[in-house]
Amino acid sequence: MKDLIGVINLDDELDQLNELTYFRCGAAVPFAGRYRLIDFVLSNMTNAGIVDIALFVRRKYRSLMDHLGEGKSWDLDRNHGGLFILPPDWNDPTDISLGDLQHVHNNLDFFYRSSGSCMVHSGSRHISKVNLREVYKQHKESGADITLVYKPVAELRPEHEACLRIEADEQGQVTDIHHELNHPNVYMELFIMDKYKYLELVKDCIAHGKSQFFRDAIQENRDRLKIGAYRYTGYHAVINSVESYFANSMELLQREPYEDLFRENPIRTKIKYEVPAKYLEQADVRGSLVANGCMIAGQVENSILFRGVQVGKGARISNSILMQKCIIEENAVIENVIMDKDVHLSRGVTLVGDSRKPFVIAKSSHI
Amino acid sequence: MKKEVVAMLLAGGQGKRLKGLTRSLAKPAVYFGGTYRIIDFPLSNCTHSGIDTVGVLTQYEPLVLHSYIGVGSDWDLDRRGGGVYVLPPHEREDGSSWYQGTADAIYRNLNFIEQFDPEHVLVLSGDHIYKMDYNEMLRFHKEKDSDCTISVIDVTVQEATRFGILNTREDLSIYEFEEKPQAPKSTLASMGIYLFKWDVLKRFLIEDKKIETSSYDFGKDIIPLLLANQKKLYAYPFDGYWKDVGTIQSLWQANMDLLCEEPELNLNDPFWRIYTKSPNQPAEFIAPDAKLSNCMINEGCVVHGEVKHSILFYGVEVGEGSVIKDSVIHPKVKIGRNVRIYKAIVNENMVIPDGTVIGSEDSDEIVLVNSDDPAVSPEAGREAMKR
Repeated sequence: MKDLIGVINLDDELDQLNELTYFRCGAAVPFAGRYRLIDFVLSNMTNAGIVDIALFVRRKYRSLMDHLGEGKSWDLDRNHGGLFILPPDWNDPTDISLGDLQHVHNNLDFFYRSSGSCMVHSGSRHISKVNLREVYKQHKESGADITLVYKPVAELRPEHEACLRIEADEQGQVTDIHHELNHPNVYMELFIMDKYKYLELVKDCIAHGKSQFFRDAIQENRDRLKIGAYRYTGYHAVINSVESYFANSMELLQREPYEDLFRENPIRTKIKYEVPAKYLEQADVRGSLVANGCMIAGQVENSILFRGVQVGKGARISNSILMQKCIIEENAVIENVIMDKDVHLSRGVTLVGDSRKPFVIAKSSHI
Repeated sequence: MKKEVVAMLLAGGQGKRLKGLTRSLAKPAVYFGGTYRIIDFPLSNCTHSGIDTVGVLTQYEPLVLHSYIGVGSDWDLDRRGGGVYVLPPHEREDGSSWYQGTADAIYRNLNFIEQFDPEHVLVLSGDHIYKMDYNEMLRFHKEKDSDCTISVIDVTVQEATRFGILNTREDLSIYEFEEKPQAPKSTLASMGIYLFKWDVLKRFLIEDKKIETSSYDFGKDIIPLLLANQKKLYAYPFDGYWKDVGTIQSLWQANMDLLCEEPELNLNDPFWRIYTKSPNQPAEFIAPDAKLSNCMINEGCVVHGEVKHSILFYGVEVGEGSVIKDSVIHPKVKIGRNVRIYKAIVNENMVIPDGTVIGSEDSDEIVLVNSDDPAVSPEAGREAMKR
């Protein structure tokens, strides 16, 4: 899909996941046993054949860069194009751009040099398997200036509160963009539009001292633009709080959401060369997701174990998420806990959180 | 570009004794250990030993092997001025023929080796499971100023009759080589790992080529020829885990060896990872009704039922009420409900219909489930699953 280029804009994504985002941005938060949130949007783009992808980052992006490298795991290590991680560089005193427009203004080269004429713009908090080829097709056929992607959610949850809502007529035309909490059509922070049109609107915003592209260029001008709406009905999760992170992770322990997310089109992530998970004689593991490199001798129930987690004999883990390389010694007990990477829990220690408010343990703690 | 060592990996073998597993697959490409192929072991060993130039000699069913190795990036062997080179037999001005034997395969690639002008050439085979630092062997080889160093492992007297046995003096210098002796004089078995001084190897390969009765094999011809010419040969003792996985039984056994609590072959060493091509699968789904003990399960599996003392490769599905015991299930096998599988190796992509029973709990025989078995071939299986 040489027509399309990708922009993943993390600028307005706040670090809302407490301990999990103390030292990393939201896009780098580990998810579903072996991925990071960024993997889903990136895989959707590469699965649609997009090979020019820019990533606008502002804060705490060290672990994100470590994860993405030169983009090899996503086949984005290209001679021409590929993955561009674009951190801020705002030393030009004559630059008057503000907010997320600064990124575009300072990286115009990316837009001019990339071969595609149309762009996909996305954040990383909405996890989906949206088929961007189809969105692009609808966008082209409808002749819209911009096509917004939304999901009609069956059940509104707390994490949807922060999301914008889209109202569309039968022809797929957006009639309103608003913030009414009881409206089910959640805007997925994902749109497709002509690259040059986008740049024109950005320039206009900068000239008028504006700072936020979506609010100032799209929402403000919604009567003057032809805005299309793409209705997405597949797997969807919004991760914008510890509670939503926990609830959506736990949902993957049901077979249907698990298959909806993983059955078709691979989600790619950084390759680690781990051994398959090993379940020892005394292991008792049920209703869980387990990644490679794990070594389990204890009891694990209704939990997610990331790569390389060790669970000692007699340990009991339930309703919990254990990130990479956590070590749980013998007879320790964990319930309703999210453990960041490299946490070491000593023999016999008990940690219990509430099922609605999991206990979050920061990276590399030794308890 | 001068190199100290160039490795030549013999990967052309058919592996007849692996029966259906190698019907359309060269032996080094056979699966092992839940996520690997056999060739991952020598390739990873080369990378960890700092050997960045590896020629891989292929012949039998090379398609999977060639595409698997690719440019070698999974083993960090996509290097400038080196890396991995796949070397199939090729036509030349003086005609064309297949590789006649292990030595002939190297002989036909003299030009390949020559361009690196190496001091030493390491000859490896692609059908053994082991972790070995070839640098240690090189140090020994240089210390002894050896012309040819052969890595050996101590085996039992009974086993010795199956191997090439080296008889050495006290300083480990070799005076005799016996291929599969009836009455072995020693228990030092050749591991099929040879380190040669390049100039010596080159000379004797050319020499051997002139002998019409030769079978052009390292064990049968080159080593005896070196001994006959009073060359300095040494045995390098290796005492780690090493397994020739040439038969269904030994392949099954080597897999089972991984299942004890602290296996002799530690695959979980962060400083000696065995690299392999990532299948890119999600974390495995262990259903609430699953019962797992003493097993290894790779990502992408969806497991209901019971898995005991077994290895599941990626993408395997196990239906409700099924029991898998003492078995190795290759990638993407779909196992229906209430299936019983005992002591079996199930080849990739098979579909096992509901209620099938394979193998028996108290038999010693290892069953190979392959597409030539009409009851469980992928097509028949899919049909049965529909019903």
